[in-house]
Amino acid sequence: MEELIERLKGEIIEVLNLEDVEPEEIDADAPLFGEGLGLDSIDALELIVLLEKNYGIKIEDPKDGKKIFFSVRSMAEYITEHKGK
Amino acid sequence: MESIENVISGSCSIHEQKVIIDGKVGFEGNIDWSMPEFLKKVYKNFEMKYPKFYKMDPLTKLGFTTAEILLRDKNLNEKYDDADIGIVILNRSSSIDIDKAFQLTIDDNDNYYPSPALFVYTLPNIMAGEICIRHKFKGENTVFIRKEFSAKFIQDYVSLLFQKKKAKVCIAGWVEVNHTQYKSLLMLVENTIFANSYDSGHTFDTNAINKLF
Repeated sequence: MEELIERLKGEIIEVLNLEDVEPEEIDADAPLFGEGLGLDSIDALELIVLLEKNYGIKIEDPKDGKKIFFSVRSMAEYITEHKGK
Repeated sequence: MESIENVISGSCSIHEQKVIIDGKVGFEGNIDWSMPEFLKKVYKNFEMKYPKFYKMDPLTKLGFTTAEILLRDKNLNEKYDDADIGIVILNRSSSIDIDKAFQLTIDDNDNYYPSPALFVYTLPNIMAGEICIRHKFKGENTVFIRKEFSAKFIQDYVSLLFQKKKAKVCIAGWVEVNHTQYKSLLMLVENTIFANSYDSGHTFDTNAINKLF
């Protein structure tokens, strides 16, 4: 899980162009939206693409997004649970 | 004697790794830097502190950066109503670079992942929109695609906006990016009452605009 979290941090920085952010500055349990990294709705769409492109996971119900993308850890947990399904 | 005149009260131009502010070099980069590298240095040098900058496409970055430097210490929102501040920008290549980059994300049916972050910049008007969002401008904003820079077009269109009371002040000029080629010039044009016409600085005419370009 920790390895996946670290990988996700790098991928998030890359796809969202968070050039001033270092992986170690991202708290795995902090909210990604609103506070924390201050991401917006376009970033949310980009994270959905990231899950599909890099992990082959499609989010069928958009309502699940809030829970899945709450933090880097919740993303990692979702990936672990759904990868290869 | 009082007179109402259209005057250029400020300008910023970015090209050939130089930032020219009111006709003087305000920052100079290394000729070996790529355009994105150069704009990042400009962003940091002028302490813009607007993280969304990093998410912008090159065209929007260039327009945003030029406007940001032009508008430093101008306090437009204090002098004018938000609805009286307009933007008129011309360019030749529209948003071609980001259009191509987005196309690449949808070209291959087996690797079909349209990028939302790229898609949102596939219109040159987004550049004007980002400047408006940053500075809370609510006046008319337009981006025209033209084959060449035209001082006359800019002068005529901005003057018309003033005449028709669509704006009292306008950020106007040219912002062009095509692969590694780039050039911007944004001017602050005000429709102002002057006590003496000779106090008005640069009159907004084609000679003055061409000189700045």
